[in-house]
Amino acid sequence: MLEPGRAVSRPAASTSTRRREGLLAASRFSPSAWFRREPVVGWLLVLPALLVYALFVLGPLLLTIQYSLYRWDGIGLATWVGLSNYITVLTVPDLLETIFNAFRLAVFFSLIPVTLGLVVASVIHRVATGALGTMARTVLFLPQVIPLVAAGIIWGWLLALTGLVNEILGAIGLRNLARAWLGDFDTALPAVGIIGIWVLLGFCTVLLLTGMTKIDPALYESARIDGAGWFTELKAITVPSLRYEIAVCLTVTVIAALAAFDIVYISTGGGPGHATAVPGIQIYILAFVVRQVGLASALAVLLMVLVLAVVLPLQWLSRESPR
Amino acid sequence: MSYRSPRCTGVGLRSLPVLLLAVALVGACAPPGAGTTSSSGAPSGGTSGCGTAPVKLNAYFETGFDLPFKLSEEFTKQFPNVTWDIKQDQFTNLINETPRVLASNDPPDLIRLPTMASFAKEGLLKNLDPYATGFGWDKWPVPQLSQNRVSSDGTRGSGSLYAMGLNYSLTGVFYNKKLAAQIGMTEPPKTLVEFQDFLAKAKAAGLLPIMEWGSAKSGMGLAFPLQALMASLGPVGPINDWIFQKRGATIDTPSNLEAAKRLAQWIKNGYFPSDINAIEYTDSNGRFTKGEGIFTFNGDWENADYDKNLSGNTGFFLMPASQPSGKPGAMSAPLTFGIAAKAKHADCAAFFFNWVATNRTGRQIDVSVGGSNPGGPAGAPLSSVPAGSVTSETLAAGNVIGKAGTAMDFIANATSSIFAQGWTPELQKMVGGKQDAAGLLKAVQAEYQREIAH
Repeated sequence: MLEPGRAVSRPAASTSTRRREGLLAASRFSPSAWFRREPVVGWLLVLPALLVYALFVLGPLLLTIQYSLYRWDGIGLATWVGLSNYITVLTVPDLLETIFNAFRLAVFFSLIPVTLGLVVASVIHRVATGALGTMARTVLFLPQVIPLVAAGIIWGWLLALTGLVNEILGAIGLRNLARAWLGDFDTALPAVGIIGIWVLLGFCTVLLLTGMTKIDPALYESARIDGAGWFTELKAITVPSLRYEIAVCLTVTVIAALAAFDIVYISTGGGPGHATAVPGIQIYILAFVVRQVGLASALAVLLMVLVLAVVLPLQWLSRESPR
Repeated sequence: MSYRSPRCTGVGLRSLPVLLLAVALVGACAPPGAGTTSSSGAPSGGTSGCGTAPVKLNAYFETGFDLPFKLSEEFTKQFPNVTWDIKQDQFTNLINETPRVLASNDPPDLIRLPTMASFAKEGLLKNLDPYATGFGWDKWPVPQLSQNRVSSDGTRGSGSLYAMGLNYSLTGVFYNKKLAAQIGMTEPPKTLVEFQDFLAKAKAAGLLPIMEWGSAKSGMGLAFPLQALMASLGPVGPINDWIFQKRGATIDTPSNLEAAKRLAQWIKNGYFPSDINAIEYTDSNGRFTKGEGIFTFNGDWENADYDKNLSGNTGFFLMPASQPSGKPGAMSAPLTFGIAAKAKHADCAAFFFNWVATNRTGRQIDVSVGGSNPGGPAGAPLSSVPAGSVTSETLAAGNVIGKAGTAMDFIANATSSIFAQGWTPELQKMVGGKQDAAGLLKAVQAEYQREIAH
């Protein structure tokens, strides 16, 4: 295994020492000894994955950064424009609005599922063990198994003016609240958000529930002896013990919100107006419909920076203070 | 214990110069697209047709749209040496794929073109001028070819011919005859004022005046009545100039502003469904054929659907002019197909275009399957359609527009994304009370300029 100390100290060795080592190694070269040198073996083991990673992740990433500095229609010769694509993204209100929408969506995709997931998981953990708990877990996790496109279409029907949601509202005497939820400027984003909650709640619940089973039951017993209620237990034991799981949930769901595409594209297509337009949709339209590959790439790079800016502090927060 | 791993930090610091180097390299390496060769698309211009030796035409059609498939079958029946290798894709995918397909090493001899000006400018499409001269297409009634002409500066409407229409669709107002009778409409309105009276009567009678769609996914259908109002209240020339990207053209003209104001008033009056921003195109048609809405603005590509699902009960009229002496205007766009610049069987593909417009059976298929006017030379054989069908009404209306010379392309086709980025969101805002007539035209014009400048 690669030791941090060794890896860091090596560059400190003088050039002449290293050259001598190299000569010595060459003069009495033995394959087995060479392979036993851990870094080499390590790199060889990593190599296939690294190649694939470089080809399909790093390569496109660098290409995207390159494209973002050009004006290019995807076919002809591109012209160098420097940072002007980035300036366009940051100054055209319709493009900037997509970034704000992504953060508004993050409330629904991230904050609510994680909070709700914590409550639901602790309830299941406390009261619904056995068959009932398994059933609850399965039902909540089911949306993860359904293709998002199918889910988006079905939700579109449910939320239509003549859909089930409005039928139910009518049946309980709230007919005046009925509207085309995905076509109304005020309700479109929350309506998409609710689809997101439905999709992500199960994921968060199951992950947090798994974390809870690892908490020492003795902690809860002693807390109960001290007279702690459900909420105090949650606050004093469950949440602090689950900081890693919560961080994973937040990371995954925040990325799902900021990089959202499928649910939004299927349910609203970014409308009405720009009410649900998110960077993912705008990047798609710019790259493949408008064929402004440079501008699309600039927005994609900014989106990546944005995701990192939100996710890295989350990771750091969960690791910084002692457990 | 801290979980912050010194190993990670070490790796991060050591790879930082590598990353910086990579970013620097990104700036220094060749610009994207440097390897693509642009073919001049030099035409051979032969009118020899498909010869007698076996020819396999490489075609790229739109999924779920029968017309080109039926035409290709009939063509093979008449010219057995020609067989087809047809690939098909959804229209939305065609929009993304077309430039790559045209630039590929296996370019299609025939391809459905969602847009064409930029492809022509980039040299991806075959220049059809020699065929137009050879086959005599340039002697056909004028508006047919003009929408597929692109000049050297990339503007449409004049210049060399780069595509052909398999037929020419027509838009206007379809109406439910039974419901229209309920508001006392026994024949189509002659002026805009008369039409607006009918709309008001319908609303007062508790009927939905106009069914239309408007979701972002389908694209905003209110662009249809808006353009109809523009043509009714003003000249069509400036609208076409704007669509063809003529220098200095603007959509923000006084008569267009008046049209946008009328549309805003119609929205306010409740002439459209309240959930229009969430209605998909197919749902709108479904609701109209089930009897929701007296009128709908749409095109003759829906004729078959209306004749089947609202049989004998659908009428059609062209949007009337605002003055009794005025000419009606209409959007009439070719079903555009092109030949790749590097196509192997361009002569045969061009012969196919000529065959569709001049062969009796080809023209009959064009009308019975496609529902639209097959165009072609002035004296071309007429196709037979059942009397009383809505198709017979749209074909008759097509002749009116042809004579009046008031055909327009669609304002949604001015640039490849003016519909998705301009008209759709801004008209949706108008429905939501967040945009007025003046703001709509200004916003769309700004988006238009941003797109053509890029």
